[in-house]
Amino acid sequence: MTRQIPALASLLAVAAALSVLPFILSDYNIYLAAQVGIFFIAVLGLNILTGYTGQISIGHGAFMAIGGYTTAVLSRDHGTNLIVTMLIAFAICFVVGLLVGLPALRLSGVYLALVTFALAVSVPYLPLQYSTFLGGSVGVSVQPSQVPSNLWVYTAAWACSAILFVLAWVILRGRVGRAFRAVRDSEIAAVASGVELPVYKTLAFGISAAYAGVAGSLLVLANGSAQGSEFDILLSLQILIGAAVAGLGSLWGILVGAAFVGLLPHISASVPVIGKIANRHIDVVFGAAVILIMLLLPEGFAGLLTRIRRLAARA
Amino acid sequence: MENAETSSLAGLRARGSAIDPGAVTVVLLLLGAAIFLLIGCLKSTNFAQYTIQGLALGSVYGSLALALVLVYRATHVINFAQGELAMFTTYIAYDLGLHGLSYWEAFAATLAIAFVIGTLLQVTVIRPVQHRSVIAVVIVTVGLFILIDGVVNWIWGGDFKSMKPPFGNGSFEIGGVTILHLYVGMMAVVLASVVLVWALFRFTKLGLGMRAAALRPAAAALVGVRVDSMLAIGWGLAALLGAVAGLMAEPSQIFLSPTFMQPILVYAFAAAVLGGLESPAGALVGGLLIGVTLTLIVGYVPKIGAELQVPFVFGVILLILLVKPTGLFGRREVRRV
Amino acid sequence: MTALLELEDVEARYGPVHVLHGISLAVEEGSIVAVLGPNGAGKTTTLRAVSGTVRRSGSIRFAGRSLGRRGPDGVARLGIAHVPEGRGTFSELTVSENLRLGAYTRRGSIQPELERVFTYFPWLSERRRQQAGTLSGGEQQMLALARAFVHRPRLLLLDEPSLGLAPVLVAELFRIVRELNEDEGLTVLIVEQNAHLALQAADAGYVLEAGRVVLSGSSAELRSDDSVRRSYLGY
Repeated sequence: MTRQIPALASLLAVAAALSVLPFILSDYNIYLAAQVGIFFIAVLGLNILTGYTGQISIGHGAFMAIGGYTTAVLSRDHGTNLIVTMLIAFAICFVVGLLVGLPALRLSGVYLALVTFALAVSVPYLPLQYSTFLGGSVGVSVQPSQVPSNLWVYTAAWACSAILFVLAWVILRGRVGRAFRAVRDSEIAAVASGVELPVYKTLAFGISAAYAGVAGSLLVLANGSAQGSEFDILLSLQILIGAAVAGLGSLWGILVGAAFVGLLPHISASVPVIGKIANRHIDVVFGAAVILIMLLLPEGFAGLLTRIRRLAARA
Repeated sequence: MENAETSSLAGLRARGSAIDPGAVTVVLLLLGAAIFLLIGCLKSTNFAQYTIQGLALGSVYGSLALALVLVYRATHVINFAQGELAMFTTYIAYDLGLHGLSYWEAFAATLAIAFVIGTLLQVTVIRPVQHRSVIAVVIVTVGLFILIDGVVNWIWGGDFKSMKPPFGNGSFEIGGVTILHLYVGMMAVVLASVVLVWALFRFTKLGLGMRAAALRPAAAALVGVRVDSMLAIGWGLAALLGAVAGLMAEPSQIFLSPTFMQPILVYAFAAAVLGGLESPAGALVGGLLIGVTLTLIVGYVPKIGAELQVPFVFGVILLILLVKPTGLFGRREVRRV
Repeated sequence: MTALLELEDVEARYGPVHVLHGISLAVEEGSIVAVLGPNGAGKTTTLRAVSGTVRRSGSIRFAGRSLGRRGPDGVARLGIAHVPEGRGTFSELTVSENLRLGAYTRRGSIQPELERVFTYFPWLSERRRQQAGTLSGGEQQMLALARAFVHRPRLLLLDEPSLGLAPVLVAELFRIVRELNEDEGLTVLIVEQNAHLALQAADAGYVLEAGRVVLSGSSAELRSDDSVRRSYLGY
């Protein structure tokens, strides 16, 4: 994100579009646009972790679950202000992320993927076990008086997206970002140049988890309740796919990635070609898409943009 | 070459046969566990029943773990889709059964189909990304996970199906302990498959070629081994073992559903990791250990209900990877920074 | 008469780095040919070009047929055995398995070959079940040679066989190579930094420098050449 400092024009264009949309979209479509915003935050978080420090996590759905249940439980039990629950979710997930990041230090590449995968599969079982507190298979509902409108969720999701995007940009621009990239490119070289690996790798995990936590809160608010089945392994895989489609370092990439995983499952069956398949068999589309992307366009949308820019520069 | 019998040679030979203290500890621990289980079985019929059930389930976990290890040894890839592939092949067997094949005819046909699918997957989807970053390969196998899940839901739907029970519902009685035919059958089939695959590797030229290709692909190519083909066959065999695991796991699930292999994949990961990801024997023993441990814990510790099995195993995986990443049977790897 | 192996204008590169800039050489059937030169001259790369282990262009003809784009396994199937630097033995497999791998491309029983091998390397027969990695360096080199022989190749490519070996073993190794050449008619292309030994054993040689052939001739001619004597023979 620092190599291509988003042109102010891009940012303004997106902001303008986002402010106009609620006036022209139906309520259902506002709900969908909110979904994109939610995934934007989650994918952004994963991007920071995997794209910038090279640590693979297939378990970010677990952090979304923690954030989501935090909001739901606080609402159910204390009626806490929703924004406050989101801040708490952010904080809790940051800490949990740090805690996960610590053992993650000792796990390289594939092993980390393995562990986070196992974590992601485990999470939906916990509400079933601790059903009094976590609602079992029924889930935990947000207090009826607090359930937000789709417009509220849309605004909150995109406001958070903007804030968190700027936050990420600031972090990645500075010393921390350089350290992150040093870690990704070569751990050995990073250590040789004095970067304290453990600090930065753990920090990246914390930040990334915190972002997923906020996304989880928003997801629960969009749905009105937290349910274990919502936070299954497929959610984690969805975030990963979003990040793969997005590629690295591009605002538009993350938007495209988020739109891809956020919108596609809800696409109307009447849309030609893609519609019928995506509506009923979204997993086939996701799976095929991500495989094709890895085979043909491994750098995702960001890579595509880079290639287009290079072609344009030559012409 | 008689003058080559130098002291350095004698030293090397001694080193080669030196006893590794780590291995001795592991063997002693396993022996201890076996004795513990034996005594428990003799003292309590419940314990014996749990143990046998655990061994039967554990053999399934071991079979899938073996598939994971096979793929990892050959291509250094962890196939996150191994479980879903096993699930897919189980559905194929189900479908063949609907078309009139007897259970065992469907079984044999499914194994063959699984082999073909495995090799095709390696050639089309894995080979192009194998040499790229770890992340790329992980994402591809994750994509396969989702794709296969989607395809199964598309073709057969997500509702529960039932398959003919391969071993019936009968049981033996030995000294008051009820042993389901199913459990014996599970262990026997897994054992037979594993032995056959082992024999292939140990005694045939193809097996030797595959081992060579996995150990040193460059050197193997120099002696004429078609390394790429060996890797594909490796994936085929892994898919075959996965099919065995799926088919043997299904009867104890009561119903067939698209998610039934997901927890088993986690158990298989744990077993494979216990074996250090590179040891087939370790993976099998690991599977048995996990199977028995889980049934005993769920049976005797009421606080840990059936729901906590997967989180528990997640904890086990984390513990092993943090404490002894090379597993019980693995060799020491070069530690990265 | 065409030579068994003919290289014409062969270029090779590792990624963007070009190492061979047009090598031409010929190896007559039944002869031993040495490739000499300083480090980095491209000697190993020349062998790799023949066995298809490195990207190459130019013409390489074996027994009159072009090698084309064949990779190492294809080249091995044509009857070329390459014993690389570092021997290419499988330390994790037994001596017997290593030998069996030598015969990978052949059909039928390899008993006769194994027996022949044990006449040249009698000590190998007792070590059959031993893990190859537990053999000493010299023994592993012998094993590599034995394995190449089991292959029954028409052409043997030997890369720096004397590297890291005690002089006694090196002498033994060259003796066996000459025996295989005389008794079995094995054609050998050998890359060797020990020019003295190489020229003693070889019938002809090529001197490489910076990826090009700078000198060639019979081993007698090379031994009496001034520049060769100064640079590689030390007198």
